[in-house]
Amino acid sequence: MLKSTLMKAVATTALCFSTWASAQAVDLQFYFPVAVGGKAADTIQELTSEYAAAHPDVNIDAVYTGSYQDTVAKVITASRGGNPPQLSVILSTDTFTLIDEDLVVPFDDYLTSEEDKKWLDGFYPAFMENSQTGGKTYGIPFQRSTPVMYWNKEAFKEAGLDPEVAPQTWDEMVEFGKKLTKKDDSGNVTQWGVRIPSSGFPYWLFQGLAIENGAILANSDGNKTNFDDPKVVEALEFMVDLSTKYEVMAPGIIEWGSTPKAFFERESAIVWTSTGNLTNMRDNAPFDFGVAMFPEKIQRGAPTGGGNFYLLKGASEEQTQAAVEFVKWITAPQQSMKWTKATGYVAPRPETWETAEMKEYAAGFPQVLVARDQLEFAKAELSTYQNQRVTSLLNDALAAAITGKSDAATALEKAQADADAILSEYR
Amino acid sequence: MMRRMALKREWIHGWLLLLPAMVFLFAFTHIPAITTFINSFYSTPRGKRAAKFIGTANYERMFDDPVFWQVLWNNIWFAVGTIPLSIGLAIVMALWVNEKMIGRSFLRMAFFTPTVLPLIAVANIWMFFYTPGFGLFDQLRSGLFGLPSTNYLGSPDTALNAIIVVTVWKEAGFFMIFYLAALQAMPVSLKEAAQIEGANRWTIFWRITFPMLMPTTLFVTVNAVINSFRLVDHIFILTDGGPDNASALLLFYIYETAFRFWETGYGATLTVALLALLSLLAIGQFFFFDKKVHYK
Repeated sequence: MLKSTLMKAVATTALCFSTWASAQAVDLQFYFPVAVGGKAADTIQELTSEYAAAHPDVNIDAVYTGSYQDTVAKVITASRGGNPPQLSVILSTDTFTLIDEDLVVPFDDYLTSEEDKKWLDGFYPAFMENSQTGGKTYGIPFQRSTPVMYWNKEAFKEAGLDPEVAPQTWDEMVEFGKKLTKKDDSGNVTQWGVRIPSSGFPYWLFQGLAIENGAILANSDGNKTNFDDPKVVEALEFMVDLSTKYEVMAPGIIEWGSTPKAFFERESAIVWTSTGNLTNMRDNAPFDFGVAMFPEKIQRGAPTGGGNFYLLKGASEEQTQAAVEFVKWITAPQQSMKWTKATGYVAPRPETWETAEMKEYAAGFPQVLVARDQLEFAKAELSTYQNQRVTSLLNDALAAAITGKSDAATALEKAQADADAILSEYR
Repeated sequence: MMRRMALKREWIHGWLLLLPAMVFLFAFTHIPAITTFINSFYSTPRGKRAAKFIGTANYERMFDDPVFWQVLWNNIWFAVGTIPLSIGLAIVMALWVNEKMIGRSFLRMAFFTPTVLPLIAVANIWMFFYTPGFGLFDQLRSGLFGLPSTNYLGSPDTALNAIIVVTVWKEAGFFMIFYLAALQAMPVSLKEAAQIEGANRWTIFWRITFPMLMPTTLFVTVNAVINSFRLVDHIFILTDGGPDNASALLLFYIYETAFRFWETGYGATLTVALLALLSLLAIGQFFFFDKKVHYK
């Protein structure tokens, strides 16, 4: 009896405080990473201050937290220290990790009205694949992308190819690549045909090849991988063959970070990289370039990539509500458009692309539409429980095959066995 | 009675003076080391599952972990590659800039510059040097000798060596400063006496200068050994441990395990292994050098 009275008293006091606080203003802290160059960080700061100006009842503090890796590390550390942000942009693939660590709350509890549900359905389904699991929505797509293929039109012309046509199939890519690979008198390559970077996180672009070959790397429950699927092995063999058999790609591990530079320097005529680099390419390429979807084997395909908004545990009801409102605002057409223009990330809602201003932008810069159109064929990015560790197993296998330490099948079988050992406890 | 009071006061005084340093030493070194040791016997806590005592399971896993043995082996190779080379270079540079000559200050500054630059910035510069095709080294190779392009960071045979080169370049200048200081404190009379006896430069170096530098060499070696297990910042930029862990070092693997994979239990176990290794090395060095070091 006494205990329950005490509890009531505490609850009333807490309620008083929280209503008082909401009359004051809700404080929100929001972590965001930046993974591409350009004006990304400035644009986020700009948007949040715009929101704060229009909503005096919310104080929003946007904290730049480095790379995606750093951001998830900071979120986990802050949560364990009992001081998590209320909102954060984290890789869409970290969903299972965040659930496993018990750090996030699903959006569903705050999106109950019919209107809210309609809003939720207004995102591209390809982006939602990495955001929902077990019937719940944990992430709202924000800085999302798909990788695309960039090609140097001048180099195509010099090689006697039609500068307006990109390779449509794997075979064409090899064929074009052979024409585009140039050697000097002593037989040293001065321009490679194709560049698929393989440093750091080679699994991402490789996943494009795997999907094109009809394979899915992991199930949607995040507890089973298919690394040793013959189709995956075949995709890896093709990637290795590009260097060893067809000799259209540089041998060894190819650096991700210097890929735009390699394109500008004409070191490679066709490069695969994120659409998040699009604005950088437009501003700095010294020649005319085209953007195309990945070529097909048995189908078109690409993984999605990039970050979602997550709601962190430990926030008050008001804070989470305010965070949801902010997410709704920043993904709305007007704001989304600004973001897409500044970075090249794909605006995650079709309605943004329907606005007159966006249509005008796309008419003047049609390359921006490729990543969006590719979404139709895109699949969820590889994501499992203990994601970083499982992904790094695949990365190691890819590196072993690319550097010739092991053949594709052996490397992938080993990765699958190790992944099974980790994931079995989640089945 | 009075003496005992005075003694006690001195004693309190002493401890008070020690206190600030002790607090920090315990808070940031000893207590974390002890908790790490304790955590290494527990499983990794995840979400609602708390850590539970699992005995030596983490240690068994470590001994069965091929990546652990690979990074340990890499680290030994890294130490063998960086320590003698950077110390040797440091002595040569110190002897050189100790001579009287024009542009001496400029030379000293040039040798010391790599030490002043942050390792991350340095790694980004070297990244450009190593870039295949249009990087500095490849431009030199193809421009001067017409050689094909290389991929130092992207192939398992050369990645670690490429990192060793950056480390030696970064460290040698720092060690040079200690040798330079030692050389300047050395009495000229010994050298002059040897010269009168007709000793050549090599004999003077080998019989006089080098033995007199031994205390510095001990200090520098201890530092170099610690650095060979501690310097991993550039690996994040240059190779990220790849390809297939070919350039991953022990500390890098610990970071990866603890803060990328969030396996804090296993990370603690790896840390204990590193601590044990470093303590052994430090003790070993003092015993090994003790007979050879002549303090004045």
